[in-house]
Amino acid sequence: MLAFAIRRFGQSLFVLVVMSFLVFLGVYAIGNPIELLVNPQADEAERVRATAALGLDKPMLEQYATFLVRGVQGDLGRSFVFNVPAIQLILAKLPATLELALAAMVIAIALGIPLGLIAGLRPDSFVGRTIMAGSILGFSLPTFWVGLVLIMLFSVHLGWLPPNGRGQTVMLLGIPVSFLTWDGLQHLAMPALNLALFKLSLLIRLTRASTREAVLQDYVKFARAKGLGPGRVIGVHVLKNILIPIVTVIGLELGSVIAFAIITESIFAWPGTGKLLIDSINQLDRPVIVAYLLVIVAIFITINFVVDVLYSVLDPRVRLGATAGAH
Amino acid sequence: MMLRMFKLAAAAAAIAAAPMTAHAQKEREVNIGLQAALTSIDPHYHNLSPNNGMLQHIFEPLIRRDANMKFVPALAVSWKAIDDLTWEFKLRKGVRFHDGTPFSAEDVVATYKRVPNVPNSPSSFATFTKPIVDVKVVDPLTIIFKTASPHVLLPSDLAAVYILPKPVAEKATTDDFNSGKAAIGTGPYKFAEYIPNQRVVLKANYGYWGGEEPWDKVVFKILSNPAARVAALLSGDVQMIETVPTSDIARLASDKRYALSDKVSNRVIYVHLNQRNDKTVPFVTARDGKPLDKNPFKDARVRKALSMAINRDAIADRVMEKKAVPAAQLLADSFYGTSKKLKPVKYDPEGAKKLLAEAGYPNGFTLTIHGPNNRYINDDKVAQAIAQFYSRAGIEAKVETMPSSVYFTRATKGEFGYMLLGWGTESGEQGSSLRSLLATHDPAKGMGVNNRGRYSNAVFDKQVSDALVVVDDRKREPLIQLAAETAMNDTALIPVHFEVSTWATLKGFKYNARVDQYTLAMELKPAK
Repeated sequence: MLAFAIRRFGQSLFVLVVMSFLVFLGVYAIGNPIELLVNPQADEAERVRATAALGLDKPMLEQYATFLVRGVQGDLGRSFVFNVPAIQLILAKLPATLELALAAMVIAIALGIPLGLIAGLRPDSFVGRTIMAGSILGFSLPTFWVGLVLIMLFSVHLGWLPPNGRGQTVMLLGIPVSFLTWDGLQHLAMPALNLALFKLSLLIRLTRASTREAVLQDYVKFARAKGLGPGRVIGVHVLKNILIPIVTVIGLELGSVIAFAIITESIFAWPGTGKLLIDSINQLDRPVIVAYLLVIVAIFITINFVVDVLYSVLDPRVRLGATAGAH
Repeated sequence: MMLRMFKLAAAAAAIAAAPMTAHAQKEREVNIGLQAALTSIDPHYHNLSPNNGMLQHIFEPLIRRDANMKFVPALAVSWKAIDDLTWEFKLRKGVRFHDGTPFSAEDVVATYKRVPNVPNSPSSFATFTKPIVDVKVVDPLTIIFKTASPHVLLPSDLAAVYILPKPVAEKATTDDFNSGKAAIGTGPYKFAEYIPNQRVVLKANYGYWGGEEPWDKVVFKILSNPAARVAALLSGDVQMIETVPTSDIARLASDKRYALSDKVSNRVIYVHLNQRNDKTVPFVTARDGKPLDKNPFKDARVRKALSMAINRDAIADRVMEKKAVPAAQLLADSFYGTSKKLKPVKYDPEGAKKLLAEAGYPNGFTLTIHGPNNRYINDDKVAQAIAQFYSRAGIEAKVETMPSSVYFTRATKGEFGYMLLGWGTESGEQGSSLRSLLATHDPAKGMGVNNRGRYSNAVFDKQVSDALVVVDDRKREPLIQLAAETAMNDTALIPVHFEVSTWATLKGFKYNARVDQYTLAMELKPAK
């Protein structure tokens, strides 16, 4: 377990360095931030001054080397636009994004797995068909459209929920969270549902397919023949065996939901990192883009690590040392 | 339910509109949805339109601009040019900063010292202070500015620099402003809260020298997504939004629960034609794809034809849903330095064909229109529309639009032939824009800094340079008009239209639309 963790850490560090270089190169290739930052009415001297002030007058490789040296010391640079440390900007917005992503995943899991099980156990019933039809809708409707429809329905026509922003927050272990206040929950409901919809459909379909496969297996028939009740057959024998692919997908999707909640965040003006990333890309605010992607990669790596550990819990045949190369 | 919402909103408006029994028990609060986020509370950190607009609530310059960009006294009550190099300003008496300290000439001196020295500024205000070589205090309410050469834009430059109290100007960092510690000005509102990319909260400054504002509290919410901004207004979450998407204007206008206000802005959408090389020009070829033997954009007849082939009225009516006005020069007629003789070029595809034939292109040619797709109102659709008009005049036009992060870098490098661009004249006078966009490119001398097409005309250069040293406003204006006529009659660039900025409010509110596109709580009043 320890050897596995250390090897994983080494690999992760390598991934982080390679990624930061690629992003550096990419942003450099897109364009010159000075074109967007400096007021067009300014003169040439001002452009030269701003270029030097932001360190953009140096060759690209030298800029990257400076970034690496400072990065090792824990300084990921200051935002060109806001002149605050990039990491501070991201960490200030991260709790909102994590809360939204987790809320969406909770909705997706709490509804997706039971609905998928029902649809898998009774594929030809009316309920099963309805669930599947619903999941197709969830898959195919674009997120931004669903978001707008939700706002039009619940905020504009019914007036039940606020159309944008994050509600009142309280501190929980030093992190501002909004799901513990009524105002916060009201603000959270629509964006979380909007973000959950796609993942929900995915989990329903995945659970259904795995369930249909599992119920035909010999061990399920045997369990039934042994006289076990349907609750135990489904809850223990079926569910536990179909969980490995589901946990994998949940892990991957959680990462992507954190990293790419951009559309939902911008429609609901949710003050998270997705909006920060889009704004930073539009402004070519390189320090923020690089720092953001580093944070996201670190989150992905952590989630994958947790998923690997979960495998070994769910399936005693999985040994961590052996799976290290596989993911 | 919806009805109840609007009754509530109307009730709120009624309370706001009720006779002002000073600080009635209910706080008069207003919420405003903004499109663009400001980047700092430091008024000398980033010379950016959203910053300059928002920070006017808290800080004030010596001279302010009204909704039509005309100068009005702010912290200065009067000013005059004593000679070509010396300007005297009389300051306002009895003004206090938010922390109670009285305002005096020393604060102005300290502010002007701070402006060029804000660390890491991505776009400095030094542009506005550089021409000033000395700031002299005559007495606490009189101050003299000395410039090295005649500087006609001095009042305009001063309008961009917000005054800080001396102790703040000497010590405060950008971080101190963002946290609110140093956000101390003389403006009608006080700083209350700032969360980057999310919101700004302001509280009324009851001791304001200009009288009390109708709001106790103003909350600006950053709602960059256009649909989300409209939804926030529809649900009553905000009482006003800026930059109404053109597609929603008709709907809001026909609904009695909302009120719209708009105004022709100081931003012109125009086309620069690449004239850097005599022989070739990027993305322009003969109809059969072969290179042309010379750069057609060097020929004034070709430029004229390209201008005649655009149906400006149709673009303003259809593409911009009437929220644009056809342009003949760089600013609309009401602005200083514009020529009344210049009229938008008439749509005449046949005439354009003839001119092209005269210039040696009877079969037209092929070009690519390059433009941004997230910078100006409907920018990509405008490019598409121009391309269609060109096909009727025998010019085969392709369209390629891209995000502004990519576009402007490439446009500045001269990688495009036909460039759709926009320009907002922040000084409100045409001379500086003519110099920046059309004078022969010589950045060291401040000429043609944004001349991406590299148009060059010695006669025009001289006219502009001569005009911009005449300090007397009345004597200068005809000179600027002459230069504008020279450039526009030579089709130095192709003006397309002026953007019209729009605001939408709930009924019960009235916004006094501004030319400079700023969204200010000072312009928002309860409707009578």
